[in-house]
Amino acid sequence: MKIFSQLKKSLAIAKKNLRIYYMKGPVLIFGLLLPFFFFLSFWLGREMSPLMLGTALVGMAIWFTSTSISPVITPWETMTKTLERLISSPVGHGWILLGDILASATIGLIMTAVPLVLALILLDLAVFHPLVLTLVLILGSLCFSAVGVLISALPTDSPSDVMMLSSLVKFPLVFISGIFIPINELPGWGQIVSYFSPLTYFTNLVRWSFDGNVGFGTSQLLNLVILTALLILFSCLAVFAHKKALPKRL
Amino acid sequence: MNSLVRTKELYKDFDDVSAVDGVGFEVEKGEVFGFLGPNGAGKTTTVRMITGVLEPDSGEIWVNGKNVLQNPVEAKKEVGIAPEVSNVYGEMTGWQNLMFMGQLYDVPEDEREARGKDLLELFGLHDRRDDEVKGYSKGMKKRLVLAMALIHDPPLLFLDEPTSGLDVQSRRLIKERIRDMKRQGKTIFLTTHDIPVANELCDRVALINHGKIAVIDTPESLKGAMEETQSVEVRFEENPDFSDLEGLENVEKVEKDQNKFRIYTDTPVETQRSLLNFADEEDHRVTAIKTLGPSLEDAFVEFTGSDE
Repeated sequence: MKIFSQLKKSLAIAKKNLRIYYMKGPVLIFGLLLPFFFFLSFWLGREMSPLMLGTALVGMAIWFTSTSISPVITPWETMTKTLERLISSPVGHGWILLGDILASATIGLIMTAVPLVLALILLDLAVFHPLVLTLVLILGSLCFSAVGVLISALPTDSPSDVMMLSSLVKFPLVFISGIFIPINELPGWGQIVSYFSPLTYFTNLVRWSFDGNVGFGTSQLLNLVILTALLILFSCLAVFAHKKALPKRL
Repeated sequence: MNSLVRTKELYKDFDDVSAVDGVGFEVEKGEVFGFLGPNGAGKTTTVRMITGVLEPDSGEIWVNGKNVLQNPVEAKKEVGIAPEVSNVYGEMTGWQNLMFMGQLYDVPEDEREARGKDLLELFGLHDRRDDEVKGYSKGMKKRLVLAMALIHDPPLLFLDEPTSGLDVQSRRLIKERIRDMKRQGKTIFLTTHDIPVANELCDRVALINHGKIAVIDTPESLKGAMEETQSVEVRFEENPDFSDLEGLENVEKVEKDQNKFRIYTDTPVETQRSLLNFADEEDHRVTAIKTLGPSLEDAFVEFTGSDE
């Protein structure tokens, strides 16, 4: 009952976040425009298979949109002093962060719908495993949002500070997660780092769901398990880091 | 148990600086309790610990019988908070802010809508309920913050500088609502720098300085403890020399405030007589003269060692 009550409050916080942040600059710039031009710069003048392109489009869209507002919410609320209002209300800190994750993931899912449809129509792709793809999109958006919330634990009241840190994490991960460059073509160190990127497992699963030649097997299950484990890990780390940073924010 | 807030031996350090140093007090049910102190005295840190925002390094806190450290979520439900900074969501309307608070405090939908309407009317915001809060004036935001603190009908309210920076009408309205809340049996914890407001509204006040409670008593008792700080206030048609007044018998100190003088003395009646004689002899016309008792401000300065 207490968990249900806290979850309801997380949903109320998520709704509030969507109402306030969906039109903020970072969503439009870092969530839509940058990944779009990023994608174009890789696509134009290169030979890439529709499978690779479609996966890249969906991966880029969900990665950038899901991490567009989650790093901004806490510093923004620190700046406007509304964070203290939330902390003083009967909602656990972890549940407040869950509200931030849910809002960011929702934006990620909604904004990824358009690139997904474009990929299916323009690149003539088909979804062979729709249920798994749906699950992967949900898990991926939650996991990427949690990464954003973890980044926002930086104890600052300046959203631009966090956006800078966030860009330092977001852009390099695109290159080492198999989106544009297959992981087996990466140098040794790149291949090792790619194991720590949630985007790697997400990309593997999306590419597989567009590919009708391989059935659901151990590899797909492993990717799903790791993506879920990373979601839990990033969420727990975020709660720990935010609790530690709180006295410096007040 | 009649106390609504009970704190015992609260300690909090920030980077080896002691912000709160063994604070302990009780706030009785139904009273308006003033919490006064200079800047950096430990007021905000103490309030943040009582409201569950900050954890103390050590100590115990109960709010309406609930242990804040062991059961923070339940304890926070007993409290409504109206901070000094109107921390409302500017991009949301007044109504949306109010309903959001109701959701965070588990107020059922029907109840929060009914209470929300009443509160907006009570605080004169009903006509602007659907406007974004960023367009509200400072006074309107303060009133909205108070309405948000009351949406779950808590028994205890923490009000931080509720009247600071407001116009006369908003100030009066808020003071009147605080009196109404007291009449309804609510307990009010009032943090303020505004000593006249504390004097006017509080049943008891605590003076805190350097993280320690200097004294807790009724405003009248605190003023009574300052009996030696009596004075005579006098206004002349044309001001005499400052030094002439200082030279009068039994005068300890003279302060000038625009066109009136405040003369500190142990013997106010004799000093009044001396002043009138002085005016006759020097041909100065006295336009007003009265004896002043010690003020709460005098007590504040005395007990906190601050002239803030």
